[in-house]
Amino acid sequence: MTDPLQVPYRERERSVTMEPLGEERLHDELFTINIGPHHPATHGVLRLLTTLEGEIVRDVKPIIGYVHTGIEKSCEDQQYWKAITFVERMDYLSYYYNAQAFCMAVERLLEEEVPPRAEYLRVLHLELNRVASHLFWIATAALDIGAITMLWWGCRDRDLVLDLFEMSSGQRIHTRYFQVGGVMEDIPPGFEAKTREFVKVMHKRLDQYLSLLDRNEIWLQRTKGTGIVPVERLLELGVTGPLLRAAGHPWDLRKAAPYSAYDQFDFKVPVGTVGDNYDRFRVRIEEMRESLGIVEQALDGLPEGPWITRNRKVALPPRHELATSMEALIHHFKLVTEGFRVPPGETYAAVESPRGELGCFVLADGSSKPARVHMRDPSFVNLQSLPDMAKDALIADFIACVAMLDPILGGVDR
Amino acid sequence: MPDATGLELIAQRVRDSVAAEAVTGTAFYREEATLEVAPAAVHDALAYLRDAEDEPWPLLMSLHGCDYLPEEPRLAVHYQLLSMERVDRLNVKTRLGVEDPRLPSVVDLYPTANFQEREVYDMFGVVFEGHPDLRRILMPEDYEGFPQRRDFPMGGEPVMFTFNEDEYPRWYD
Repeated sequence: MTDPLQVPYRERERSVTMEPLGEERLHDELFTINIGPHHPATHGVLRLLTTLEGEIVRDVKPIIGYVHTGIEKSCEDQQYWKAITFVERMDYLSYYYNAQAFCMAVERLLEEEVPPRAEYLRVLHLELNRVASHLFWIATAALDIGAITMLWWGCRDRDLVLDLFEMSSGQRIHTRYFQVGGVMEDIPPGFEAKTREFVKVMHKRLDQYLSLLDRNEIWLQRTKGTGIVPVERLLELGVTGPLLRAAGHPWDLRKAAPYSAYDQFDFKVPVGTVGDNYDRFRVRIEEMRESLGIVEQALDGLPEGPWITRNRKVALPPRHELATSMEALIHHFKLVTEGFRVPPGETYAAVESPRGELGCFVLADGSSKPARVHMRDPSFVNLQSLPDMAKDALIADFIACVAMLDPILGGVDR
Repeated sequence: MPDATGLELIAQRVRDSVAAEAVTGTAFYREEATLEVAPAAVHDALAYLRDAEDEPWPLLMSLHGCDYLPEEPRLAVHYQLLSMERVDRLNVKTRLGVEDPRLPSVVDLYPTANFQEREVYDMFGVVFEGHPDLRRILMPEDYEGFPQRRDFPMGGEPVMFTFNEDEYPRWYD
């Protein structure tokens, strides 16, 4: 095969030809249109080259790369502890998961133990983040189908989670709360009470969502029986997360290969039966309930102890030690100027993000900067199933499929 | 994860069933098993691991490229295989030089590799032979160079406007 780049750009452009259609073909004409890249229903800058026959979608080609910012490349120029800031900005709705995958990979390379309290705090924030991410998904997904109330409700309740994040880390999004070896700071006084209050409110809110959407004829018509892809095909396409679980495959990394402290929590993995858009909706709603349960369990069982490793070669010393300890000052200086070095090696760490398996590949060359960071982003891989979902669907159902796929273009393009 | 012994057994089975020179090495690091295969044998080895192996690896979770500068051969492509039945992962890796890197495509085995091979082509310039639609995926289609290679400079790229459009390499060729 020849290298496609060898063909000059203008020549490739000229290969597009226009031919008049004959009279007899007027009614079976295939019509190719662009949806996007700037369309609110594409959830970001996603371009969908859609081939239509009347109002039926015959083929879709997702065209991506519009928000490619080279985060993976930028990480190669950052010390490990600074790269966390970068990876958080990939999938901008599930930033805790990006940080978790990256930190897990680096901790594995360093063979660094994370204290139990830090693991619990991580699980707590990860699950709050899952709720926030799903809330934003349901807000925008319902908006795509025309239910504007859901947008206000979803964003209102997501704000409650962001308030909690602000309390624990000082930031509402891109918190950089997870550090290599633990978390940045212990949770402040009052956080627990506020979180429990949120959990209580959120259960009620989920019932409200269901009463708003679950009996809504327009919602049901758009979601029930649309976008069905068989499990075997989903697995071939590498689709994971709620999309796979909605089709009835109970694969969840938190259960199957527990990382962090997930083996100490009691939760269920919701699965669907049909695998249509309605199942995807219900699976995510039930996932939020399970996440709220995990949050409560994390608060109940939160162990005492340090929230970050005591290894001063990896984690910054506490602020008060700097005034009294020369050692602490040296460690602080070394960490801030050079960062910590990671022994040469490579690893792939996977976590279950709200959209599926989020894997982080890190190659260390012995210096204090990673030689390669790659994120296996679930949105990027899941997007490949869109042509299968939308084949022979109405345009309106196709938009519902994009909404239920829940791609985050920051994660797709990285 | 297969343990170090299990990895050697897999390597031996691949040698027996695919070709003696198909496996170029094994590595077991931080509880992760890596099977290194020769570039030409990637497709056959993965086809064997997917179907014919007694403990098959039916799923490809991630396919990514990597540049090992200054090691030779520089480039590598990783295939992260998963078995959901045994909850087990196997990393298959192949190393290839930076001059005209070519690999057989595995899209026919794992359709999920479609976008991911395009990304590796885009970022590292590895040409996957037999890929149905090998084009750049994240970078602009008229982009010059392969930005994830380690000798590709970071930053300093001029912003393209209409007035300096023709200063760009191959924009008007």
